[in-house]
Amino acid sequence: MNAVHIFFEPGFFTSSPVHVALVIGAVTAVASAVVGVFTVVRSQSFAGHALTDVATTGGSGAFFFGISPLVGFIGGGVIGAGAMDLIGVQRMRSRDMATGIVLGSATGLAALFLYLDTTKSATTGATQQILFGSIFTIDPSTIPLVVILSALTLAVIGLIYRPLLLSSFSAELTRARGINLRGVGLLFMIAMAVSVGLSSIAVGSILSTALLIGPAAASVRLTNSLRAAMVLACVLGVLATWLGILFAYDSFYWIPSSQGLPVSFFIVSLIFVSYLISGLSVVRRSLGWLTANRLPTGSTPALTSKVEV
Amino acid sequence: MTNSPVLEVDNVGLSFSGRRILDGVSFEIHGGEFTGLIGSNGVGKTTLLRIILGLQRPDSGEVRVLGAPLSPRSRSLGYVPQKVVIDPDIPMRARDFVALGLDAHRYGFARRTAQQHELVEKMLHDVDAERFADHRVGSLSGGEQQRIFIAHALISQPKLLLLDEPLANLDPKSVQEIVALLHRVASDHQVAILLSAHEMNALLPVMDRIVYVTDGRAASGTTDEVVRSEVLSKLYGHHVDVLKLHGRVLVVAEPGRDNEDIAQHPTLTVD
Amino acid sequence: MFTGFMVNAWQVATIVAIVAGVVGFFVVLRGSAFPAHAIPNGAFAGAAGANLIAVSPLIGLGVFSLGAALGIGAMSRRGRPDAVTALALVMMLALGAAFLSLSTEYEPEIFSLLFGEILGVSSNEILPVAVLGVVCIVAVGVLYRRLLLTSIAPEIAAARGLRPQRIETAFLIVVACATTMTVPVVGALLIFTLMIGPPAAARCFTNRTERAMLGSIVIALLTVWMAIGCSYETNWPVGFYVSVFSATWYGIGRGYVVWHKTRVVHLESATSMELG
Repeated sequence: MNAVHIFFEPGFFTSSPVHVALVIGAVTAVASAVVGVFTVVRSQSFAGHALTDVATTGGSGAFFFGISPLVGFIGGGVIGAGAMDLIGVQRMRSRDMATGIVLGSATGLAALFLYLDTTKSATTGATQQILFGSIFTIDPSTIPLVVILSALTLAVIGLIYRPLLLSSFSAELTRARGINLRGVGLLFMIAMAVSVGLSSIAVGSILSTALLIGPAAASVRLTNSLRAAMVLACVLGVLATWLGILFAYDSFYWIPSSQGLPVSFFIVSLIFVSYLISGLSVVRRSLGWLTANRLPTGSTPALTSKVEV
Repeated sequence: MTNSPVLEVDNVGLSFSGRRILDGVSFEIHGGEFTGLIGSNGVGKTTLLRIILGLQRPDSGEVRVLGAPLSPRSRSLGYVPQKVVIDPDIPMRARDFVALGLDAHRYGFARRTAQQHELVEKMLHDVDAERFADHRVGSLSGGEQQRIFIAHALISQPKLLLLDEPLANLDPKSVQEIVALLHRVASDHQVAILLSAHEMNALLPVMDRIVYVTDGRAASGTTDEVVRSEVLSKLYGHHVDVLKLHGRVLVVAEPGRDNEDIAQHPTLTVD
Repeated sequence: MFTGFMVNAWQVATIVAIVAGVVGFFVVLRGSAFPAHAIPNGAFAGAAGANLIAVSPLIGLGVFSLGAALGIGAMSRRGRPDAVTALALVMMLALGAAFLSLSTEYEPEIFSLLFGEILGVSSNEILPVAVLGVVCIVAVGVLYRRLLLTSIAPEIAAARGLRPQRIETAFLIVVACATTMTVPVVGALLIFTLMIGPPAAARCFTNRTERAMLGSIVIALLTVWMAIGCSYETNWPVGFYVSVFSATWYGIGRGYVVWHKTRVVHLESATSMELG
């Protein structure tokens, strides 16, 4: 019994913030994992990172205006997605510079909002909450909204699954089939924005990239099948999130003098470690049964031949 | 012109992933000679040039420049690589890029002397680049950039200038201009030239020697010596015919044979 | 605004701006966007760690910046996959947050490390900061021409024996030095705007390399001075002003380019109309 107690500190299973955290964590991890697999396959990690910056601005601004940060995160992300669609997502060095500078201003604006947050309201911890998440203090009434948004995101991916897959490999083929390439790209960007926004309330906006890309990148390394990758990414994401919540809860007891370590730190660390482990060839070989047609080098050229849309 | 060779490639070989890329390649280049390194794409020309430059080690054989084994600091070699992409946003004028050819290896921030400026001017004149000398390097056209790279390589007065497929992406008129330019600067500046190409016809008027490469093996000599059915058949390992028509050369495999490895030579150029 | 403790701030701001202008010029030239993000993130973790063990933040900044720089160098030599670099970036931030949560001063410390602080450098740190600044500038000066050629045409540089890999490592170390001394003032999340904005703007105004470098320094100085001044007056974060002003300068630069192009076109068509 003692061993169990050490691992699951007292009150873990009965604590209601923990329940909320586990649900929100799992739901957002799943959405991020599925969207993330496509993000990695389409090599749009840069866009994902850009979205987290504008989500930061949105979240901190919403906090300032007294709106729910979730709305701010998602709103900021969606506006960013629209802007990127207008500008075009083609990577070019000059465009990278320009995008970087604009995103810098967005982050600067977030800094302003966060400063105003701390001076306006008596609450401290705005910075911590927006940037690094505070999954234990989420209002339980947001759960339905989070679940619905997550389900919607998955539904959108399910809807555009085939065109999305096709356009990831060949733009011409997609157009030849009469599919609106730009529309599919935009829809996907919005799905990315929503999933980034959702994971921002769990791990904070500047760390949400980890939930988006980490489990997805690890799974894509381990399997050639897209479906298997999505399932594996969900498993990794949810595991990392739940274990992270557990460790954060426990750390409150393990480290006597402080409030424990942030949940997001544990979640990001677990994701990082799992990605590193996925690179070990011994792991890839033992998980060989996951894939239908294994390639000798273990890389996944089929999934990574990509087209920027 | 001295008798000792500027460059000696001595039985050079290189394998990669089990494939023999270069096998027993040997040739010499003497001062002031214009040599064409001819072979279809992927046959190992760039690799050979990189070995000569010291950027890659051969498995066997040796490369000697002016009698001594190669060292990167020898500065006897000038190099114009195949595809140099320069961002047009980079703030550097063509003339400044040429000037870097003089002193890029120097430390510190010294100003350039009047004499050095004159040298740059002369070099720009020699490659016919004066009218765009003050434009950004990255904003020049392919042919214009080519001249600037040649000037950059030549300004430090190397004994041998290596060019990797300089004619590949140029239109026929620019090809003629660059070939004529190279021939002219070679004799003006007493520089030997080794130029790789997959098409030999544009170079026939100016080539002193040819090194013909296929499948890792090479034959070298004058054009007349090398571009003959017997020699090339031996090189390819199967019979090929060499036809000469109106001063141009056509290399053809016998009927039934796959012309694939020869088809890379767009042989007969039509003006 | 110009007396007492603010004298420190102006001195430090000036050094920060000059270093950012000089080092940033090459960051932009080499397109080193990733190191410009990653090294400051490492610096943040280092400063947070130093805070925890009651060591001077400069040491934490320096050690972790250097580690991040060398790590990036090693990874890029092995052809880094994108995901590990993005994850490492984020890992550094999470680590910094964890360090800070273990100390007592969580909120204000996080804020100033991420977004900057006018008085980010205390008076007994001015000397080390100035020394680091001089080291950066001298290093860039010594390697100037090699940096230029290896940045613009690496294959040509390699053929000349200039060793682009070594120059890259040396440059990353310089960026680490520059990061160490600039992050306290501008903030880890926003310092890259100062390293990128002014140089990107400056090169819109001139074709000549030395003038572009000089312009980069001047614009960086103006940006930082205005940011310090505005931050003093409004109490809003320095990083906010730096990022916004950097973006504005960049916008002005691009606007000038467009205006110049249309002017040239008009001149040309006017001339041809006269002749024709």
